[in-house]
Amino acid sequence: MPENRVPNPYRPRDWGVHPPYKYDAYGSTKLRAPSKPLVPLRQTLSEITGPVYGHDAVTPLDADLSVNARRNGEPLGERIIVFGRVIDEDDRPVRNSLVEVWQANAAGRYIHVVDQHDAPIDPNFTGAGRCLTDNDGRYRFVSVRPGEYPWRNHHNAWRPAHIHFSLFGASIATRLVTQMFFPGDPLLPLDPILNGVPDPDARQRLVARFSIDETKPEWALAYEFDIVLRGRHATPME
Amino acid sequence: MAKQTASQTVGPYFAYCLTEAERYGGRDIASNVLAADGTLGHRIRIEGRVLDGAGKPVPDAMIEIWQANAVGRYDHPEDTRAQAALDPSFKGFGRAGTDANGRFFFDTVKPGALPGTGWAQQAPHVNVIVFARGMLVHAYTRLYFADDHEANAADPVLASIPERRRGTLIAERRQSDGRVAYRLDIRLQGEDETVFFDV
Repeated sequence: MPENRVPNPYRPRDWGVHPPYKYDAYGSTKLRAPSKPLVPLRQTLSEITGPVYGHDAVTPLDADLSVNARRNGEPLGERIIVFGRVIDEDDRPVRNSLVEVWQANAAGRYIHVVDQHDAPIDPNFTGAGRCLTDNDGRYRFVSVRPGEYPWRNHHNAWRPAHIHFSLFGASIATRLVTQMFFPGDPLLPLDPILNGVPDPDARQRLVARFSIDETKPEWALAYEFDIVLRGRHATPME
Repeated sequence: MAKQTASQTVGPYFAYCLTEAERYGGRDIASNVLAADGTLGHRIRIEGRVLDGAGKPVPDAMIEIWQANAVGRYDHPEDTRAQAALDPSFKGFGRAGTDANGRFFFDTVKPGALPGTGWAQQAPHVNVIVFARGMLVHAYTRLYFADDHEANAADPVLASIPERRRGTLIAERRQSDGRVAYRLDIRLQGEDETVFFDV
């Protein structure tokens, strides 16, 4: 590669899909949303590179939240399997890429010290996991189904059950933090965080699909959640 | 073409997975200490606060940084420049949650200059990503170093920003007890709002 050439840049963030910074129904955006237009930036080596994690960064136990924090027994709640593929906009698998997840326990309580919701902590559940995608971009976690919980955004506000996802892809341009929801949750249409996503189809894609095929008999229901990161332009940028 | 997956906020409860796993019995795979004993380059601390539109500290933000090593090389397969060597002891990625006063810091080395688009060199800089409860989408910014006057003056990214806003990306140098620190506050909103990029 000539010294002056930057490898193919990533396609822009799709603002028809991503929420805006300021979204009035989600009160915390009011003072935390940048108010000036984003400044355009031609991607450079700085943006098309990013941290790379190897297989030494994770262990198989990291992907099993139903086991990885056990102290004196099993966590309570309904065991679940969460799986899917991480691909880019061109349907290419995002390989060997770090996926991190965190969630509330079955009672809707986070282990985080700041969470004061009046629901029990589970001594055998932390709710944090990580794994690397495989050569097809696949990932898989075992966990327990997180509970819904109240928050103070508005009167009688409850978050639908969800799992937080953090993804890197191959560069800082593809960085994504998102949330996975569960099908049929009556709280979905009421959630200002999910509703911040402007496009109904894009909201629906944050809802996992129940999969009878991956459900393990006598053991756990399975939910499929595919994630699409930014793809790349076909030509290099001089 | 597949559609991008929508971003959602990191929320207030990420620490036990992303920034402070050890405190909760887990294992951290990123931290705010980037430099190891053998890392080449000038040791620096990068520090600052995250402030909201009312000027109040944001106590539950997460800052990630990504930077080149002391000679300007990124530890990434697509940085193939032969003239700038990798440093096996330096990965270049850091993560920190803000504390109750909105403060964060990183112990790292000063990055070297690197090539930008075309023939333009980029001044030494650190790429910064900001996440927080109340931010439905993360925000990209950069940190430059105040004492790199000439390099900053020639930097194409800084040049693309209106002059009166450039200062929001330039960290001031402080030295005490032989330690060098660069300080930069990140203002999410308002008159002195930090420049955020449409990366």
